[in-house]
Amino acid sequence: MSTPINYLLHLADNALVLGQRNAEWCGHGPILEEDLALANMSLDLIGQARLLYSLVAKRAPTLAADASALPPEGAFAPWGGSAALHGGQLTEDTLAYFRDVPDFRNHTLLELPHHGALVGYAKGNLDYATTIVRNFLFSALMVPLWQQLTTCADTDLAAIAAKSVKEAGYHLRHSRDWLVKLGDGTDESHARVQASLEHLLPYTQEFWMLSALEKEATDAGVVIDWAQLSADWNALLDDALAEATLTRPSAGGYVSQGKLGQHSEHLGYLLAEMQSLARAHPGATW
Amino acid sequence: MTTALPSIRPCDKSLSLDEVWAVLDGVADPEIPVVSLKELGILRDVRHGAQGLEVVITPTYSGCPAMTQMADDVVAALASHGVPATVVTQLAPAWTTDWITPAARDKLRAYGIAPPHSAQAACSGGGHLTPQERVLKFMPRASTQPVVCPHCGSTHTQESSRFGSTACKALYKCLSCQEPFDYFKPY
Repeated sequence: MSTPINYLLHLADNALVLGQRNAEWCGHGPILEEDLALANMSLDLIGQARLLYSLVAKRAPTLAADASALPPEGAFAPWGGSAALHGGQLTEDTLAYFRDVPDFRNHTLLELPHHGALVGYAKGNLDYATTIVRNFLFSALMVPLWQQLTTCADTDLAAIAAKSVKEAGYHLRHSRDWLVKLGDGTDESHARVQASLEHLLPYTQEFWMLSALEKEATDAGVVIDWAQLSADWNALLDDALAEATLTRPSAGGYVSQGKLGQHSEHLGYLLAEMQSLARAHPGATW
Repeated sequence: MTTALPSIRPCDKSLSLDEVWAVLDGVADPEIPVVSLKELGILRDVRHGAQGLEVVITPTYSGCPAMTQMADDVVAALASHGVPATVVTQLAPAWTTDWITPAARDKLRAYGIAPPHSAQAACSGGGHLTPQERVLKFMPRASTQPVVCPHCGSTHTQESSRFGSTACKALYKCLSCQEPFDYFKPY
């Protein structure tokens, strides 16, 4: 069986966008060890994205060759439609560099800048608490999700999951350790990590708002036990927050829908930086 | 009469598959030149495919930048014996540090890198956050299985960072001899 392209792109875009965001710390880490850690985690995430995009590219020629499989003009084209087809070719690079904001299927949480909503006036404002909380919320989702996908019927996806779960495990340990250190640290670090949690937790509602994306995957045979996944994530979260002496805020309000292509204004800036070279010099190689 | 399987045909340029393996055993890891790709478990298979000789490798970390170099080194080593080959990447089963041979572990230690503990215990996905493993505030994680200093053999060591100079290594320091060292992380 083969996983819907939409769902593969969702997993790939999650990894790429967070990998790109975390890489913004490269050369700016609070301490040398954390600079290395963030760069290493970005390397893992971008590596996972490459495996997933390559799988899409391998399978997509069938889609492109079959005119009926291509979406009609103006309709949503998950692989960026003709924009991502260069010389009729779809590759991991065209998927990363030649799709636009509405084509990306990542969770909104992952594209947000490294600071809270009200301090966005300062470009250089990198708040490590925000980085740590985001990485924790996401890796606590991905460890049990990749674990479930290791046994999925799509053997190519299962193989990627088997590698990724090992890497996600290291990311979870790293962010959890820092969550505890900051939460159970000084008054200043506690206040900042609590504020980050209050800012970011509402965006996790998107994880559990099951949409056409998940339904399509389930219908195709990628069976994910959402109740179990949610229970695992909540257990990891509550356990870590208790140890970090943090209070779990309510997660109500607006439900973001990045995975359906409706993004915050921040993704455009991220993509502009990431894609500018490839678009200025299409086909450039090292 | 059945057709002979390609895999039992002798290799081009009169190298048997055993000889090909012997050549490949000389291909060192680009980052850790004291151990070979074969010893690290990265080299999975050598076979005759539709396009000639195929060497199957498996990636280590998803984003390991050395993978391209490894593939180039494999092709170059065989080309120097006049054997054209292509490199095939295979993801499953996922590479694990448990495949690193005992001899390679000794070489890593002699080179100043502490070899990995069993990956079975260390990274089985969900098994990361057992209560015994909880971190103490500002203190290194208590480990049931200490990482041994490759310089002096002391078990009195401390993790400086879980992420080191390459994706596969963590940074440690020895509290006995005061030397920093790399630990090859279980994967």
